Amino acid sequence: MIGYALYFAFACFGIGQLFCLYRVVIAPGVGDRVLALDTMSINMIALIALFGILHDTAMYFEIMLLFAMVGFVSTVAYAKFLLRGDVIE
Amino acid sequence: MEYFAEILITALLVLGGIFGLVGSFGLVKLPDQMTRLHAPTKAATLGVGGILMASLCWFFFFSDHSSWHELLITLFLFLTAPVTGLMIAKTNMHLTWRPEELPDPGEDRNWATFGQSADRSLMDAVPEVDKAVRDHRE
Repeated sequence: MIGYALYFAFACFGIGQLFCLYRVVIAPGVGDRVLALDTMSINMIALIALFGILHDTAMYFEIMLLFAMVGFVSTVAYAKFLLRGDVIE
Repeated sequence: MEYFAEILITALLVLGGIFGLVGSFGLVKLPDQMTRLHAPTKAATLGVGGILMASLCWFFFFSDHSSWHELLITLFLFLTAPVTGLMIAKTNMHLTWRPEELPDPGEDRNWATFGQSADRSLMDAVPEVDKAVRDHRE
């Protein structure tokens, strides 16, 4: 039962990644692209967590944490750059 | 016991997957920039929260190395998602509209991000602090 749910969740987040990729390539504004990249990093965390369940290993926790931190910092840095024309003033 | 754990984990996985899919679909489907901001920051975070809770339960019930790491990641995501949303909303405000096109925030104050009354707006509530800050500046 868990196996089917696992593959269902894999499919959901994979299709979600494709939607985000579409929004990165075709977007009306720059803010949408930044938002789509942030959503991609969040969806990637979910995919790595599912991969960890599938392979029964605790090795991916650190990778998920690093993804969360780097995704957050890069999104804020990009938004700050768009706002002020500079990341650190 | 194991049966109920399986049902719980399956429900969390399916719920998280649906929420993640809806959040990413909203990014494509919704018509306006600010409404597009709404979909992923809430739904995708809830979806990832469901997946991470399922992972926590799975390692707790069916594996020998259970830990609280997933809770840490969920907490980090819940703390950072509003900050990300705020920064992107400010970017949208600056890139999409002129300041006079924005809705009126009321009470004789401008939007904080446009900063025309930024040195006044916070200090009006506490007059003593206002005076102290002004003296300090002079």
